[in-house]
Amino acid sequence: MAQVFNRRANTIARLSIFVGVPVVLLILISVWWYYTRSDWVRDVGPAHAVVQPGGGFSHQLHVGGLKMDCRYCHNSVEVSSSANIPSTETCMGCHSQVLHESPKLEFVRNSYVNEEPIQWNKVHDLPKFVYFNHSIHVAKGVGCSSCHGNIASMPVVYKTQALYMSWCLDCHRAPEQFLRPQSEIFNTTWTPPADQIEQGLKLKEEYGIRDSLQLTNCSICHR
Amino acid sequence: MSKETHDIQQNSGRSYWRSLDDLVQSSEFQERLAREFPQEAAELRDPVSRRSFLKLMGASMALSSLAGCQFAIKQPQEKIVPYVRQPEQVIPGRALYFATTMAVHGYGIGLLAESHEGRPTKVEGNPDHPASNGSSDAWIQASILTMYDPDRSQQIIKDGQPSTWAEASAALATAAAAAGSGIRVISEPNTSPTLAALVASLPAGSTWYQYDPLSADNTSTGTMNAVGSTNTIYAFDKADVVVALDSDFTTTGPTALRYARDFASKRRAHSAKPKMNRLYMAEPTPTSTGTLADHRLAVKASAVGSLTQAIAAAVGVAGVSAPSLSESESKWVASAVKDLQAHTGASAVIAGETQPAEVHALVHAINAALNNVGSTVRYIDPVGTMNTGINSLAALVSEINAGAVSMLVIADTNLVYNAPANFNIAEIIKKVPTVVHFGLYQDETSELAQWHINAAHYLESWGDLRAFDGTVSVQQPLIAPLYDGKTLIDVVAAMAGNASSTHDLVKNFWQGVTGTDGYAFDKNWQIALHDGIVPNTAAAATTPTLATSFKAPAATTDGLEIVFRADPSIRDGSAANNGWLQEVPKPVTKMTWDNTAQLSPKTAEKLGLKRGDIVKLTLEGRSVDAPVFVVPGQSDDTVVVHLGYGRTKAGRVGSSVGFNAYAIRPSTSLWHGAGVEITKVGEDYKLASTQMHTDLEGRDYDIYRAKTLDELINPHEEKHAHHEIISLFPEWDYSKGYQWGMSIDLNVCNGCNACVVACQAENNIPVVGKEQVWMGREMHWIRIDTYFSGDAEHPEIYQQPVACMQCEHAPCEIVCPVAATVHDAEGINNMVYNRCVGTKYCSNNCPYKVRRFNFFQYSDMETPSLKLQRNPDVTVRTRGVMEKCNYCQQRINEARIDARTQGREIKDGEVVTACQQACPTQAIVFGNINDPSSKVVQLKALEKTSYTMLDPLNTKPRTSYLAKLTNPNPELGGTHGDA
Repeated sequence: MAQVFNRRANTIARLSIFVGVPVVLLILISVWWYYTRSDWVRDVGPAHAVVQPGGGFSHQLHVGGLKMDCRYCHNSVEVSSSANIPSTETCMGCHSQVLHESPKLEFVRNSYVNEEPIQWNKVHDLPKFVYFNHSIHVAKGVGCSSCHGNIASMPVVYKTQALYMSWCLDCHRAPEQFLRPQSEIFNTTWTPPADQIEQGLKLKEEYGIRDSLQLTNCSICHR
Repeated sequence: MSKETHDIQQNSGRSYWRSLDDLVQSSEFQERLAREFPQEAAELRDPVSRRSFLKLMGASMALSSLAGCQFAIKQPQEKIVPYVRQPEQVIPGRALYFATTMAVHGYGIGLLAESHEGRPTKVEGNPDHPASNGSSDAWIQASILTMYDPDRSQQIIKDGQPSTWAEASAALATAAAAAGSGIRVISEPNTSPTLAALVASLPAGSTWYQYDPLSADNTSTGTMNAVGSTNTIYAFDKADVVVALDSDFTTTGPTALRYARDFASKRRAHSAKPKMNRLYMAEPTPTSTGTLADHRLAVKASAVGSLTQAIAAAVGVAGVSAPSLSESESKWVASAVKDLQAHTGASAVIAGETQPAEVHALVHAINAALNNVGSTVRYIDPVGTMNTGINSLAALVSEINAGAVSMLVIADTNLVYNAPANFNIAEIIKKVPTVVHFGLYQDETSELAQWHINAAHYLESWGDLRAFDGTVSVQQPLIAPLYDGKTLIDVVAAMAGNASSTHDLVKNFWQGVTGTDGYAFDKNWQIALHDGIVPNTAAAATTPTLATSFKAPAATTDGLEIVFRADPSIRDGSAANNGWLQEVPKPVTKMTWDNTAQLSPKTAEKLGLKRGDIVKLTLEGRSVDAPVFVVPGQSDDTVVVHLGYGRTKAGRVGSSVGFNAYAIRPSTSLWHGAGVEITKVGEDYKLASTQMHTDLEGRDYDIYRAKTLDELINPHEEKHAHHEIISLFPEWDYSKGYQWGMSIDLNVCNGCNACVVACQAENNIPVVGKEQVWMGREMHWIRIDTYFSGDAEHPEIYQQPVACMQCEHAPCEIVCPVAATVHDAEGINNMVYNRCVGTKYCSNNCPYKVRRFNFFQYSDMETPSLKLQRNPDVTVRTRGVMEKCNYCQQRINEARIDARTQGREIKDGEVVTACQQACPTQAIVFGNINDPSSKVVQLKALEKTSYTMLDPLNTKPRTSYLAKLTNPNPELGGTHGDA
């Protein structure tokens, strides 16, 4: 009986083991990485700016241009887990006087008059088993821009970080890399100084930040 | 049963047992224990049930995909919805607490309700309120679930058709005007001064009846006959000897929380020279208070009268002769009397509301003879209405029969279900031309009414109530009525043609009372709302004038006696649709989702009955079928049935659960009576009692420790030598930071279940249903284990709360293949839900059996109203993950973050766990064991009593116990019960 496979089949078999398997593995790993670890799947970057109702709110104009403090609107950032999304009343505090006839602010006025809250689209959305607290981070020297990026430059807000747990742990393991003095917390363009590690260690001491063994406990964020 | 009793008699080697099966080590029990989860393994091998299992899985998979869990790579876009106008003081992410008041048998219990952005999620006791002292019970804890119950009545109904409040209020006013003096209102007891004033404004001749199937009428009548006053207040914090005559005073009635606290304060033996009070209890069936007793005498309910008479005769109450008693009874009475007489002015005798008025009258005479009046017993002006029981209902019935009633408003009380069986109340109500039903549910009674008005829950209502001592507190709503419900004040006001809001009515009433207005009033009003009490409103003390002659209580009845009792969990049945209360294992029997005909082991044997048999109970020609449960420590010749079950229109949870004991409860034998017939009609009723889910495995001393006060003061030689055990596991460094620990004082725990339900409310713990409980899949993070010791007839009964021990050497952690349960630096064994893959290895390896697994999607993720109840600080678990107690991690984190943002350390007592907060006797203490000044450290340092469970396993639990202490009278021998 003639052989079913000719000699070349051996080479193909070997090739498929030594090249094919790694290639398939590589593809699988890439797919896994892309869908579970990449910035793309978490919609990071200006290309994924989150469209807001009524044309949205320009942080670039209010923070970058008018130099408003973050806490004017996000007023519970220092006392609560939630930084707070401002009520329509907060908007109207200025806009009953400023640009009070602007068609762009029609949706804000409608909300105020009709008592219907504005339904903003969430930009940073943590899973329900993660309990992030703004107040402690702000109190212990983590600035807004460390997670939210340079908000002052964003006409429409987008994510600058994918918020993977490994990224959280980068800081919880070695906070000195990111700590800044209290005066710089709300500075949206803060850049670390050249001797950040040295400064950071000093700040860590000053803030009384606990060691990484404690900061990386599961119960710090999960419960 | 005869074999079992024989075995019991033969058995003397074991000191504790959990159930009668355990005591005799029946083969069924052993087989059940051998399986980790009853039935599960066998079920999978059995082809039929395996198929149905797969079918079930298929169905739940189909459901979960229908539920909107579409395949998506990216997270769905979520909305974030801020306020239009943010209310003052509301900070998103931070809870607010408001004082309010809940009615228990009509009396106010002051509460603090936790509100998250406008939705109440939990209630706690108000520390400033005399009736709660900051604690609560299972009933109060579960009330929050009732508010969010999707089965609540959601609209006004007229003749079966939806209607509106505008129509209803107009119709009420018209009907009331037409009815004139024929208006009758019957409600559950209510001490609201505003409501009383409104009812008084109804047309002349109209009457307000109050009816409670669990009324304490006997108490008030007896007190009135004896001392000319209706309201008695005991000061158990001053009583060294307490004699309770069928009185479950630490868990029953509007005074229970206060009495439990006061009683426990006399029971702590922490000082160098420990002292304890002594409790004598005579009762037909073991109650929570009975488990605290030093000398518990199981007697027929009808025998309590003779005991009281004997005590009265012995302490010298004029004109009372001593009845003849059995040997054990007279021994118990003699010792109790001697003890009482040795503590005149510092003792107290109390009778339960189930005992007839004559017993109560005698009790007051006894207290007077013992010089207790003025010290441990005082009398005050009446707070509530005296008649809230059968007399009041009988008067209404006779008025209806006489045709005097043209309009009847039935408020909050479910007469068709809970009226005495011989009243035939449904037919009576049909005689009234206009019937208005007002209540939280469309129930058995609402069917007979032309109008049904849906009630607002107390957390949705304005109102006012008086506490047991008369203190007024304002009921303040936490949320706008979910279904636009009305209050009884609204209904009565509408009848009187008054269209003001409840808020205005209450406020105006108090404005009238205080005689102030404007700022002067508003300021005090705001203070009263904030504090939860109106200062200086307690009722004045009255000087009792003791009657000169007393009627002798009825003699003990012969033969089998039926005893009706409120269910320990769902009480009168009004909360039957509350899953938390249905599923919480009842004290002592650990029964869930059912009531039973309880028999003592001897009586069961005599009648040839065993657990799970179905019997027909016949009383005065009416009968009901009930499953049998054999209860150790119950009196012989007694069938105890609990009220509250067998509802037909309770809702999806509470309908068709258990049997309706009201159906055989005659007005002549409200609490107990002779002449019951019992016949077996079936067997093998499936009872979901959690008592048989675990076993001591012969490690009694390591699990539960009990000793007498005498042994504490004069310790015997230590039988159990302590060995230093070396661990193979690396030690953690626990010297730094906060190290959390807990101490549970077994000496004051009465097993009331407040902690169990409080934990359920705090930690979003689901309800699983009877079938799942029967399989051992209950989800409670904290359970109360009941242990018995001694013989089956007169056991000592012990209660032990068990939650995760937070072992320093945790056996669960080392077996988890995915590191889903790991230790944290503060000594807490963390459970990471998002890592858990559901191997259940941790549960297998847990010696305390405190881990709970979500076999199915137990948490209701669909019902909108139930979602509102959830604590936003705790993850709602999904199917397939393990869960367990984590010392209320969310509360620790909140305190830690607050302390750290303010640059300080957490103070002792700043973190209070949910179980600790609820506990009426303050048995649970939690704190930082690295802080030498903390209370928990001081308790753990009590060498003679503090111990950790299963110490030889070297798991180093963070939760320790203080041993149970009893203070037996040396004259009665070492143990109680066998007096």
